[in-house]
Amino acid sequence: MTRLFLQSLLFTIIFTVLTGLVYPVVITGIAQIAFREKANGSLLEYKGRVIGSALLAQKFESPKYFQPRPSACDFSAVPSGASNLGPTSSALQSNVLSRAAAFCSANKLPANAIVPGDMVFTSGSGLDPHISPESALIQVPRIAAVRGVEKDKIKVLVEKHVESPQLGFLGEYRVNVLLLNMALDRL
Amino acid sequence: MRQNEIFQVFLYVGLLVGLAPLFGKYMARVFEGKETFLTKIIRPLERWVYRLGRINSDEEMSWDRYFKAVLIFNVVGLFTLWGLQMVQSALPLNPQMSGNVSWALALNTALSFITNTNWQAYSGEAVMSYLTQMAGLAVHNFLSAATGIAILLALIQGLKRASSEKIGNFWVDLVRSILYVLLPFSMVVAVVLVSQGTVQSFSPYVTVRTVEGAEQIIPLGPAASQTAIKHFGTNGGGFFGQNSAHPFENPTPLSHFIEMSGLILLAASLVQMFGVMIGGRRHAWYIFGVMLLLLLGSFMVAWWAEVQPNPVVGKIQPLLEGKETRFGVMNSMLFATATTGTSCGAVNSMHDSFSPLAGLMPLWNIMLGCIAFGGVGAGLYGMLMHVLIAVFIAGLMVGRTPEYLGKKIQAREATCAVIAILAPGILILLGSAIACVVPAGLAGLGNQGPHGLSEIFYAFSSCANNNGSAFAGLSANSNFYNLTLGTAMFVGRFVPIFAVLAVAGSLAAKKTVPASPGTFPTNGLSFALVLLGVILIVGALTFFPALCLGPIVEYGLMQTGSVF
Repeated sequence: MTRLFLQSLLFTIIFTVLTGLVYPVVITGIAQIAFREKANGSLLEYKGRVIGSALLAQKFESPKYFQPRPSACDFSAVPSGASNLGPTSSALQSNVLSRAAAFCSANKLPANAIVPGDMVFTSGSGLDPHISPESALIQVPRIAAVRGVEKDKIKVLVEKHVESPQLGFLGEYRVNVLLLNMALDRL
Repeated sequence: MRQNEIFQVFLYVGLLVGLAPLFGKYMARVFEGKETFLTKIIRPLERWVYRLGRINSDEEMSWDRYFKAVLIFNVVGLFTLWGLQMVQSALPLNPQMSGNVSWALALNTALSFITNTNWQAYSGEAVMSYLTQMAGLAVHNFLSAATGIAILLALIQGLKRASSEKIGNFWVDLVRSILYVLLPFSMVVAVVLVSQGTVQSFSPYVTVRTVEGAEQIIPLGPAASQTAIKHFGTNGGGFFGQNSAHPFENPTPLSHFIEMSGLILLAASLVQMFGVMIGGRRHAWYIFGVMLLLLLGSFMVAWWAEVQPNPVVGKIQPLLEGKETRFGVMNSMLFATATTGTSCGAVNSMHDSFSPLAGLMPLWNIMLGCIAFGGVGAGLYGMLMHVLIAVFIAGLMVGRTPEYLGKKIQAREATCAVIAILAPGILILLGSAIACVVPAGLAGLGNQGPHGLSEIFYAFSSCANNNGSAFAGLSANSNFYNLTLGTAMFVGRFVPIFAVLAVAGSLAAKKTVPASPGTFPTNGLSFALVLLGVILIVGALTFFPALCLGPIVEYGLMQTGSVF
């Protein structure tokens, strides 16, 4: 028994060093040399300051910007979170219906219009950086009106920002809201 | 778009069926001590580790000594990991000045990581220091996965050997699993994940002002190295609280495909390795087929259920509550069923928000014992316990002493197999029953009505079967849940391990008998059907009443638009 205990202790130490220190340090070394920007959070600069990460959603409230998906954690990243509301939750029902109504009135849609799911359902991470292309295109007339820019110009910008499934078949069509909004300001 | 989704499913399954035999052959060579392409590099390191650990790699263990080694090693891991969390504020690599973790949460987390469960009642980015994550939690991702493989190897030795007292050396099995399998693969995957945007940095969090001028704190940390082993070792404990839904842990559809493949590949390859090592590759393919059938069946039900409209919210589609845009509905369902068919438990979407029947499928996969393809090692040794019951029942039906791979299956083996299969079931039903009647259990509910009951069932199922995914609306960081679920994880891990090693010891001691006309052939459709029948009947008899009160009644209520 004492021999097994001693061996257990030794192997715990050996593997803590090997898989808990050497391994992550080696990977960090490779990451920092080969993929420096990505390993450090894909940070974006805008007008001379770091404004966020290309991979994390941030809050956009002004009608002149494209709206991201609603966030159950209000875009806080430490920690982020989801609603975890079930399919028969009354809170889910009232949240979704009021978000749909707000979206319709902000975008001057008829009150009975069916809003795309991504604009009324909160994401899994609370920080989903994307919306569907349909959700972006619905917002184009509003943004064109607020900014006094032609609709077509903004529509072209959205289409330029649509990301296709990766390698042609993995995942979904999507638009990164932060990148799109930064491009919008540069128009 | 639907065509593209079907193509992704075929690619996923095709890759699995194609790669598993290759990895299986590689691992068979590794564990039989034969030369592989990595031997030249790793063999010296392996010898050095044996010397440092003061073991003689030629010395073999009886089954009870093997079990003692497993248990003592894991208990040492439990206490060191528990302690590390409770003193982390005084240790280096803590740029966010995270405080010490409370004793109950630290105990729950330590139990969770040593048992390969990786249930998380915390959010890593808010609670754990970088040191705790990499030198504590990530280490046990390796150790618990290697422990699972070791138990499987011991059982294989039990089946292979005749009239032997010994079933191998735990330390050798452990060391080889890590050095030849887990570590090299994780290194490759970690680098690929970083290339996609998974963070890997020791820098402190970055505070930014957003475009509209609000403050946002961007968390960082050594996430890619931990995420790689989290999947490959079917651990599932996220570096970040939102796990593989978090864009810093799973940034792109490609990283997603790799993570989803990684979490199942090793478990599936171990089935192929088993076939090579026992000299019965056809038999292994039948087991593989049953596992694949269970997995794809649950996936198809979940996918069908999740694209139906939810009358509670009208005609709004797609149902993306708790899902990420870049993955969409199909990939969320495939990931959810794969992560619960295996005992991974990583999540790319919030299972709690799935529609009732789609949420039922992950729960059902876990209740069956995570055997499609299961946790690394644990999935196959769990499945082999079902196989023993299947041949035992088939033997009783024809009135002959049942045999499996030339070994007589008698009362002792059948008893142990029943213990291994029923222990988690008893924990689930008893634990859920207690949580349903004490105020501390009900206080944690995130949803009301039948969905609340599902949350409790899911928690105990996930912990007792060492899965680790959650209906995460349940607030599990209370003393009640930390302690009851912690107990479920420990008992649900080590009671089956004890039973499996007892079977291994007893089989190793037996003589091998040649197959006779009365032997139930284990290479054939009738074997596969009996096995599938045993799994489904045992699962349904144990859990169907409970499932009726949870997801099934919720489905009916949802159709009428009821809310709670």
